[in-house]
Amino acid sequence: MMWNMVLRRIGVGIVLLWVVSVLIFALTQILPGDAAQIRLGQQATPESLAALRKDLGLDKPWYIQYVTWIGNLITGDLGISNAGGATISSLIGNRIGNTVFMTAIVTLIAVPLSVVLGLLAAMYPGRLLDRIITSGTLGLIAVPDFFVAIFLILFLAVQLGLVPAVSYLSGTESFWKSIYVLALPIGTLVIVVSAQMIRMTRAGILNVMSSPYIEMAILKGVPRKRIILRHALFNAIGPIVNVIALNLAYLVSGVVVIETIFAYPGLAKLMVDGVQTRDIPLVQACGMIFCSTYVVLILIADIASIMSNPRLRHPK
Amino acid sequence: MSEQDTIVAEDAGRDVYDELPDAPPKSRLRLSWVGKVSAAVVALWIFLALFGPWIAPYHEAFFIEEDAAGNYFDDPSFMLPDASVSAYLGTDYLGRDVLSRIIWGARTTIGISFAATLLAYFVGITLGIAAAVAGRLTDAVLSRIVDAILAFPNIMLGLIIIAAFGSSIPLLIGLAGLVYAASVFRIARALGQDIMVQDFVEAARARGEGLWWIITREILPNAAMPLATDFGLRLVFVILFISSLSFLGLGVQPPISDWGSMVRENMQGLGNGLSGGALASITPAIAIATLTIAINLIVDDISAHAGGSLAKKMV
Repeated sequence: MMWNMVLRRIGVGIVLLWVVSVLIFALTQILPGDAAQIRLGQQATPESLAALRKDLGLDKPWYIQYVTWIGNLITGDLGISNAGGATISSLIGNRIGNTVFMTAIVTLIAVPLSVVLGLLAAMYPGRLLDRIITSGTLGLIAVPDFFVAIFLILFLAVQLGLVPAVSYLSGTESFWKSIYVLALPIGTLVIVVSAQMIRMTRAGILNVMSSPYIEMAILKGVPRKRIILRHALFNAIGPIVNVIALNLAYLVSGVVVIETIFAYPGLAKLMVDGVQTRDIPLVQACGMIFCSTYVVLILIADIASIMSNPRLRHPK
Repeated sequence: MSEQDTIVAEDAGRDVYDELPDAPPKSRLRLSWVGKVSAAVVALWIFLALFGPWIAPYHEAFFIEEDAAGNYFDDPSFMLPDASVSAYLGTDYLGRDVLSRIIWGARTTIGISFAATLLAYFVGITLGIAAAVAGRLTDAVLSRIVDAILAFPNIMLGLIIIAAFGSSIPLLIGLAGLVYAASVFRIARALGQDIMVQDFVEAARARGEGLWWIITREILPNAAMPLATDFGLRLVFVILFISSLSFLGLGVQPPISDWGSMVRENMQGLGNGLSGGALASITPAIAIATLTIAINLIVDDISAHAGGSLAKKMV
């Protein structure tokens, strides 16, 4: 029964990916002028335009174009950037490693940090530590990502001079040197992503704390710390895993702003630059990568909550 | 029965009524001191958004130190508050008064966000209630469209649409309105479905009331309070969304001042530290933060007041 639900959820995920790809593809169809016109400019003769269109397959109906586009996308042939004429796969290939590296480090720091702080807040609800954590995270959620970033730049990089303000990697740095150079963007992302995760971990545990078996444990005289660590935490793991996957999905958005602020040569910066120069094929390719990552992470979150909840395993 | 007895009886009745799980929120709204301070902050920004152009010392595009344009970041002293030109927060990278631009920017930032949130609410509630009361087919079609919109991270949808159509204020309002209409739709639909199966709706139907009567007299009044509280949170999300786009240089275009773009334009000034040009970038960021945090605190206060049950309904 549970596997049926998981399979159905995966099916929904595949349909969503398909819808996303159709919508992103539709951009080229809505816009006036096609790729051939953009590439050849205003002075193109009708003959050269027709030749290039035939070459690029633009003379075919849109559904054939869509199938060709999606086929090329899957095989890694992402076409040619409008600006400069470099292949998009080489542009993306140079950048994607940087983004994966940074988000991996952020995940490794933010997830344990959030679970521990969420736990601490839930252990002593209403006490000073809890009040500091809940009001601090509430404030962080309410401000834009760049607010956190510019204050970190101002105090850590400019006033104290501890870390560099611009995150330029030449590719030859050692691991620890790269971490040092990336300290500010990583720090900003950790703060931004953790705020939500801490709140939801705390809420998840407090939610379990109101169930009858916890009341039983309290009445038996089990100490609060032991109740949380031995009883509540294990039953809150499902919701917590769900929260973590959801927040990594939000990381997809956070990365866009943070890479731009720190001029970090990642995929998101490439995409924002593409939007500024209105390089549609590049934006489409980057958009597909980010949106599919997002859809897959949300899918994982849903599967995690299905698998961890016995009630969902046996729906009526 | 004396007069006093009647009053006591009424009071007792009211207490019982208030303790019912579905008792309506108390009509008089009492804010805590945090809520009052927040309300004052929001009121101040709304006042500046409405009357800013008459209060601000200069026009948003006025260069008070024209001859020095372009040299600002090379010479930190240019950006210092200067008594001779009375620029209280200093000047920006082109020599414009930061304070005036923040005051003018309140109008742009709050105006666009408010219009977009209103649009999101109008579209989201109309379609959400329609999905709740109409047949399965309408519900399925609308819900799938909303699922498709929500399959995109908000900022990605923004980037892709701006790449295609370029950025303008009407486009920003439409874009943010569309993106957040999807989440309003989900809440309105869920609330509508909850209310539709209540006994009082059944009673109204049995009386022979029409669908329009049920929507306007039963559903909307009962959904109003949760939706109103959610409006505040949604407004915060829209402000953050629009500011982020502006910060990326893809939102409000110069010379119109807007808090998000001001932070970006003057970011180079951060390098000169607090005693140099950092104020030009920091102050608009603080302006955004005071507004969004204040709205959040008011929403928190109201939902705590309403028994915390509202918070659970908000997704």
